[in-house]
Amino acid sequence: MPTEDLLARSRPNARDGPTRWFGYRRRHTFQPAEQTVGWLFSGPAVVLLTLFIVVPFLLAVGLSFTNQRLISPLPVRLVGMENYRRIFADPVFQRSLVNNAVFTVVVVPVQTVFALWLAVLVNQRIRFISLFRTAYFAPVVMIMAVAATIWKLLYDPDIGIIDGVLRAVTGGHLSPGWLRSSALALIAVIFMSIWQGVGFQMVVLLAGLQDVDRELYEAAEIDGANRWQQFRHITVPGLRNQLVFVATVTTILSFRLFDQVYVMTRGGPLDATQTMMTRLVDVGFNQQAIARGSAIAVVFFLIVCVVTLVQRLLLREREAD
Amino acid sequence: MATLQAHNPGPNARPQPDAAAATVNPTADEGRATPPPGRGFPWRSLRRYVPLVLLAVFFVFPFLFMVVGAFKPDDRVLADGAGWKAFVPFGASLDNFTDAFSRAEFGRLFLNSVLITTCIVLGGLVVNSLAGYALARMRFRGRKILLGMVVTLAIIPFQAIAIPLLFMMSRIEWLDTYRVQIIPFLANPFFIYLFYSFFLGIPRELEEAARVDGAGPVTIFTRVIVPIARPVYATVAILSFLFSWGELLWPVLVTRGSTVRPLSQGMAVFQTQPPIQWGDIMAFATMTTLPILILFLVFQRAFVQGVSRTGLKG
Repeated sequence: MPTEDLLARSRPNARDGPTRWFGYRRRHTFQPAEQTVGWLFSGPAVVLLTLFIVVPFLLAVGLSFTNQRLISPLPVRLVGMENYRRIFADPVFQRSLVNNAVFTVVVVPVQTVFALWLAVLVNQRIRFISLFRTAYFAPVVMIMAVAATIWKLLYDPDIGIIDGVLRAVTGGHLSPGWLRSSALALIAVIFMSIWQGVGFQMVVLLAGLQDVDRELYEAAEIDGANRWQQFRHITVPGLRNQLVFVATVTTILSFRLFDQVYVMTRGGPLDATQTMMTRLVDVGFNQQAIARGSAIAVVFFLIVCVVTLVQRLLLREREAD
Repeated sequence: MATLQAHNPGPNARPQPDAAAATVNPTADEGRATPPPGRGFPWRSLRRYVPLVLLAVFFVFPFLFMVVGAFKPDDRVLADGAGWKAFVPFGASLDNFTDAFSRAEFGRLFLNSVLITTCIVLGGLVVNSLAGYALARMRFRGRKILLGMVVTLAIIPFQAIAIPLLFMMSRIEWLDTYRVQIIPFLANPFFIYLFYSFFLGIPRELEEAARVDGAGPVTIFTRVIVPIARPVYATVAILSFLFSWGELLWPVLVTRGSTVRPLSQGMAVFQTQPPIQWGDIMAFATMTTLPILILFLVFQRAFVQGVSRTGLKG
């Protein structure tokens, strides 16, 4: 979530100032000083946030300029930009950057539009509609490790239903073998990711749809607007906030792509599904190169920041139009 | 289920895959959300159900495949996988379930997941709501800096700190413990912010009335604030449950054996552990999904509201 936005939103409310505990103190009841209470209430969170986010984040930046390993007899020393040079020269990391970019560029628009369609469909006032809502949302509660395992079997060229159906329909000609094909593995990962994640976006958009004023549609109908015009000029503008949220969150999450790849392909075949996160685990954990892993983490963080910023700027410009 | 089929003849009579969903749903909001039934099923609107049903099949067939596979002998899972037979439980037995317990230590992993998730959810509710309340209502030195810190930290993804955190945890010898999977996830800047913005919206009069009656800050928080804030507690509980139940990257990094390993990683390991027996894997997957699916169906409204509320914050 972008910082400036959160700050901006917190400001109007902060104006009326925090509660004063002392003004209302009764004579015989003990009220601990507000300072102390404030720190006692927020203390546990402050300590935990510092130890488990601030320190490791600073450590990531620091370690990325050293030759630290998880366990190593060699003395630790500064190596300057060496780790960064090495990761960018690493063809697997280059491939993972491309894969992450492809994943994001495909998933964000497709999943957002799909979610919007689903939200409009399940917003109809017809019988059993909540049954369909439940069905579309169900994959969200299936954890990714399980979903990926199931889909791994569904995608299997020999025993999976997907190729089974394709063979039956095409008379045995088409059996692409998804996860075992370096050309199609990423597409297969994308498809199952959308299956698993789109219900979440649908629910967010559905909440927005239900807030859109019904009278607007009635007015539009009187003015002779057709279904598409109503959708284009009432529904989409009315959902602007939710659409922005959905697109932003999907973008950020898509750079974290890990679970489904780890379970289904471990980055293969031929690095076709390597992502920044699978590379991070390979380098930082399997090869125990903590320093180089930290450099990947820093690059990952910078990319997420830049993408979020650019997205914000683009959206703000469109808003100004 | 009975009512559903009575009203759903013709093309819609295909087997409804999500039996659990079917039994739970025709309650609560069903009646109110639809126009008055009038004279039976609205036949003319039947074609509006065509895309709905096709999509339902798309979203639900992997569930059906999983559950059916869980009851089949391993060789039948493989033999039937590529056709319609994948969805019919030929030769059903409970062997796969007992295998999942003995071969993959399902019981152990399940308890691990329950323990870890419960601690994160409950501990997180306390820590994050207290901090959110202090930020929203109390005047103390460093409050503004703390607020800035919370919103800044919310943009750092966990993945960006996982490796140095792993390094820290190995230095203090926390690897392969429960605490290494719990304590780093208690405080969450995003949840603190959700609490903070909810507490800002509560009218002050309530607290002031309690204060006039002589209540201290702790009493006011537990007796006045927490009851009003139930919806945001539910939201945070559900989100943190979803996140921690499914977490995979961190357990991959910090656990070696199955002693403290959660279900998510158990699943990832089991499906590569020879001999690969897909029936057992499906049973494991079913038992991992079922508790969370049941929780979801019971608390559906809170779930959906929780998810959509996070969207409205955007």
